[in-house]
Amino acid sequence: MATATQGAHFPSFDNSSEHSKNLPPLKALIKKLTETYGPSGHEQVIREVIRDEIKGLADEIRVDALGNLIARKKGTGATPRKKVMLAAHMDEIGVMVTHVDEKGFARFAPIGGVFPLHLIGNRCLFANGVIGTFGREKKDASRTEIEMDKVFIDVGAHDAKDAPVSVGDAACFWRDFVDLGDRMMAKAMDDRIGCAVLIETLRQLKKSPHDVYFVFTVQEEVGVRGATTSAYGVQPDLALAVDVTDTGDTPESTTMAVGIGKGPAIKVKDSGMLAHPAVKKLLVDTAVGLKIPYQLEVLTGGSTDAMAMQVTREGVPAGCVSIPERYVHTPSEMVDLNDVQNAVKLLVNTLNKPLKFD
Amino acid sequence: MLLEQLSNARGVSGNEAPVRDLLIEAIKAHVSEYRVDHIGNLIAHKKARSARKSAPKVMLAAHMDEVGLIIVHHESNGHLRFRVVGSIDPRVLLSKVVLIGKDKIPGVIGVKPIHLLKKKERDQVIDVEAMTIDIGAKSKEDAQGAVKIGDYAAFATEFGAVGDGLVKGKALDDRTGCAALVEILKRDYPFDLYGVFTVQEEVGLRGARVAAYAIEPDVAFVLESTVCDDSPKKKDVSPTTRLGDGPAITLADRSFISDRRLVHLLVETAKENRIPFQFKQPMIGGTDAGRIHLTKEGVPSAAVAVPTRYIHSPVSLLSLHDYQNMVALMTKTLPKLTKL
Repeated sequence: MATATQGAHFPSFDNSSEHSKNLPPLKALIKKLTETYGPSGHEQVIREVIRDEIKGLADEIRVDALGNLIARKKGTGATPRKKVMLAAHMDEIGVMVTHVDEKGFARFAPIGGVFPLHLIGNRCLFANGVIGTFGREKKDASRTEIEMDKVFIDVGAHDAKDAPVSVGDAACFWRDFVDLGDRMMAKAMDDRIGCAVLIETLRQLKKSPHDVYFVFTVQEEVGVRGATTSAYGVQPDLALAVDVTDTGDTPESTTMAVGIGKGPAIKVKDSGMLAHPAVKKLLVDTAVGLKIPYQLEVLTGGSTDAMAMQVTREGVPAGCVSIPERYVHTPSEMVDLNDVQNAVKLLVNTLNKPLKFD
Repeated sequence: MLLEQLSNARGVSGNEAPVRDLLIEAIKAHVSEYRVDHIGNLIAHKKARSARKSAPKVMLAAHMDEVGLIIVHHESNGHLRFRVVGSIDPRVLLSKVVLIGKDKIPGVIGVKPIHLLKKKERDQVIDVEAMTIDIGAKSKEDAQGAVKIGDYAAFATEFGAVGDGLVKGKALDDRTGCAALVEILKRDYPFDLYGVFTVQEEVGLRGARVAAYAIEPDVAFVLESTVCDDSPKKKDVSPTTRLGDGPAITLADRSFISDRRLVHLLVETAKENRIPFQFKQPMIGGTDAGRIHLTKEGVPSAAVAVPTRYIHSPVSLLSLHDYQNMVALMTKTLPKLTKL
């Protein structure tokens, strides 16, 4: 049993099943990343998984005071070289136990943007491997509206003493990765898919003239906190977040001119930042030049690490390459593999160009 | 008793000087140097007793400011309109005595007698905008002579003992942390310690932000007074904290997620020394740690607090045992700190 204060016992995910053996490498990576535990503030396990993936690919790898994983790949250009920061967040939304009642049911608070509607019938995974399900108070229950404080976690305990979780323990959603062909579905695609894009970009990047910092950030879902401190440390000349964005391509969806499978989305604005016009142009010009499909993104709710990087120190030209994603912040987030591959292509080719922002 | 003096002193956010003056007197014999920064934080530096290579630079913070009122308008009848500074439930304001400005002009927040209340009015919460302070002025001019726009008002509550080992007073959030920090500064440590009494926490963690930027600590602890809601309830839910169960350690709140290594150190130290402790209900409230931990390249931080009933009201209640145990927990934990 692990409590919030004891040494961590983390679940080990067996990725050696027949199913995952048959997955192509990029999908296998996405499966591994999405199935790993890592709610905000509890990124130790996912950080080690990523560190293992990028071993030997960078010139320097370090972890900062807040837990951001920072990999630097030296550029081929003459000094002084420009510094580019790519950020994808390692953390995922989740829940934290706030109270275990006498009967062993756990009350909880959300970590990041968790919607009560998505909880009922779903399962959560704690750091010690315990899995629970979400139940709701039935008395006076509405059929349609679910209030977070009337939902609880049941880990099958007989009473409080028997409960294998305690106050402060954090859990993420628990769901397997599913390969649907072009499309893939998993928990925590937000933003492990961005982490996959960064890892793949790092693998493919051979001749960028710039020093590129691949930053796997912590605590994005609770207020872009990791990007705030890592951007201060890196002091980049250009900052790009790689994160997911909403879509308008499902039945009776809210209006949004982004859909999955139509290319990575180049951000114009969201509710936390306006992309630097020259950064947007750089990305669009690269996509057009190489005939990489792309979409322009105007997101009305939500933001990314770019919001924090943009206002670091004296300010940084910033933008965002987004992977369109359906069912954001549910246990079944869906993305299209082509968008992932095209995002990598767009980033590699953009990073190979000289940078000039006037 | 320093906590009594601090509780009775008035220091609504932006007007912390009376509290700061008391604190300077209390610390000056115990620290290497102190200064007041550009926005009013009191920063005390206590140099390491003996320099150690792995010694971290440690920042301890407690905020001097309290929630209160600010005068915004004189009515024609001499009553004063006000707004709240920091978060205050309007329901706790009616019929309270406040002291306004430098001259401590007494005033009463007026309330309509129950005899005159219509049935509907009994169920209503009155907006702060609809309330006025009565200082006994006969006219607008009379009121203008006594109180200026922008003058602060603080609750007139006097500190005192209640029951067995409990005390009541205003502004225990966070004069409790300030008093504890003074106690902590009386001892020597094997690292450079910065004791920071911050301003403007209640209006957005503003003082801590600039103080941490200047100090660049390796580790930070915030000393607080926190929500305690331990009266019996129908449902089996969290009491947030329990009075008398020891200092409350924050695991995560709305402003930050505690550094688990520091939490571990606090818990181990408490167990070794048989100091009672509890975990605060996660994700409630926020403290100066919310800004400190995001300073520059990031600062591992933790927060410890004394459970306090009726916080952010004219009078709150805490246990001196919890207070003493918070001081004990910190003085036992700090010497064990190394660079993380």
